[in-house]
Amino acid sequence: MTRNKRIGIISYSAFVLLPIYWLINMSFKSNEEITGGLSLWPQQFTFANYQVIFTDPSWYNGYFNSIYYVVLNSVITLVVALPAAYAFSRYKFVGDKHLFFWLLTNRMAPPAVFLLPFFQLYSSVGLFDTHIAVALAHCLFSVPLAVWILEGFMSAVPREIDETAYIDGYSFGHFFIRLFLPLISSGIGVTIFFSFMFSWVELLLARTLTSVNAKPIAAIMTRTIGASGVDWGVLAAAGVLTIIPGVLVIYFVRNHVAKGFALGRV
Amino acid sequence: MNKVQNNKAWLLVLPVFLLVAFSAIIPLMTVVNYSVQDIFDQNNAYFVGLEWYQEVMSVPRLQDSLARQFFYSGTVLLIEVPLGICVALMMPTRGWTASLSLIVLALPLLIPWNVVGTIWQIFARSDIGLLGYVINGIGIDYNYTNNSVDAWFTVLLMDVWHWTSLIALLCYSGLRAIPDAYYQAARIDRASSWAIFRYIQLPKLQGVLIIGVLLRFMDSFMIYTEPFVLTGGGPGNSTTFLSQTLTKMAIGQFDIGPAAAFSIIYFLIVLLVSWLFFTTITHLDKDKVKEQSHD
Repeated sequence: MTRNKRIGIISYSAFVLLPIYWLINMSFKSNEEITGGLSLWPQQFTFANYQVIFTDPSWYNGYFNSIYYVVLNSVITLVVALPAAYAFSRYKFVGDKHLFFWLLTNRMAPPAVFLLPFFQLYSSVGLFDTHIAVALAHCLFSVPLAVWILEGFMSAVPREIDETAYIDGYSFGHFFIRLFLPLISSGIGVTIFFSFMFSWVELLLARTLTSVNAKPIAAIMTRTIGASGVDWGVLAAAGVLTIIPGVLVIYFVRNHVAKGFALGRV
Repeated sequence: MNKVQNNKAWLLVLPVFLLVAFSAIIPLMTVVNYSVQDIFDQNNAYFVGLEWYQEVMSVPRLQDSLARQFFYSGTVLLIEVPLGICVALMMPTRGWTASLSLIVLALPLLIPWNVVGTIWQIFARSDIGLLGYVINGIGIDYNYTNNSVDAWFTVLLMDVWHWTSLIALLCYSGLRAIPDAYYQAARIDRASSWAIFRYIQLPKLQGVLIIGVLLRFMDSFMIYTEPFVLTGGGPGNSTTFLSQTLTKMAIGQFDIGPAAAFSIIYFLIVLLVSWLFFTTITHLDKDKVKEQSHD
């Protein structure tokens, strides 16, 4: 039984890793070698593809742009979602259920629907091609999810803690920041993970709302496809570099993943 | 938990409300606005009522991609949910192997979607890709760029690779929350491993599975980037899904009125299916509880 399990999980992991390995393998090959024939590992190991990216500002700025709006998005999401989640977990108020459901429906809106109106809206307020525009647009998906996750974690904290703190004379702000936030720190970690995840992987809106100054790396990658065919090596190297931030993030939250993926609800 | 009635809580919710309203209500109203007008240029727009809605419902291209979309989402759910549960059951529960398998499984979820398309483009090509090369090597003629069956197979395999992890991780966290006492009781009763799965694990997974199925339905129904990069919707239109048809219509041909009407229908379908699924599941649950209390 356990042996079968081990074989099962190892073969599934192999299925997950094999395509990624192929990308890494290809990023260390020259284009001649890639198109010349199939080999399981690079015969002539080369860093040339990575050199192209690290020496050209129009390439590496794409990474800075992406990271910039992803961080901005996570910060905005946390700042607005924390008080709202607290309100949903502690109070009844007029329209609370409707508001909560309405927030979640935004997660169901196909991004393709919003392309044109987003473009016009952000152009008309002068935010087109800025990082903040992409961060705000991504809030459409990250904020509802963040409120939902945080509400789950906060509801697990007993009300008595709030009440005791107020009786002890703590102001709301002091209590919230000094006492309450540390109690739900794993929830905050998970929220950051999810906002990062959905903002980092999204391309459609990010590409529509930017042209030069805030263009994400994922959109810059398309220019490896030129008139003379595809520059496979550089494409693969750029792809490998987009995986690294994800690996770092998952490494930091690995101990909270089990609880976090249940959105604090089990 | 008993909550206190307090309308001042609105002050705490206000920032979220304003932010999401800016990003959601204004654009949505713009779309609604477009969908009931015929726009020639900035100064010439005519109110046409529901004309566009009637028109888009009879466009064969849209009907085809809608049917494809339902088939795709259905297939994806049928494969990923059982597979995800199996993977979650096989995952090690403690030690460094547990951390390692978590990281490996979460990996595909954190790769930008167009890079996912690129990875599979490189992996499945018959000339430079391992998968394509191996399939052709064992004597099966495989080329996803000009055979629509192969293209479908590749797109589905890509989605399974990309998203089964989400179901698996959700179930994994659900399984970790089952108290050991349940398993001890099962051992005393000499329950078979199937009985443990059917009567202990599966019921406890219900909550996370609802979240998983909803997320997977919504995201697979809105899929755009990955097949766009992998197959470009081809060969022909065989892997052109709804989002792609819509974007072509709105930005490629600038048919804003019909595209907007179609957007609204699209959004409503996602909402309706999600709502139906959610209410059916929760009602079934209530009925079950009622039956048990009658016994």
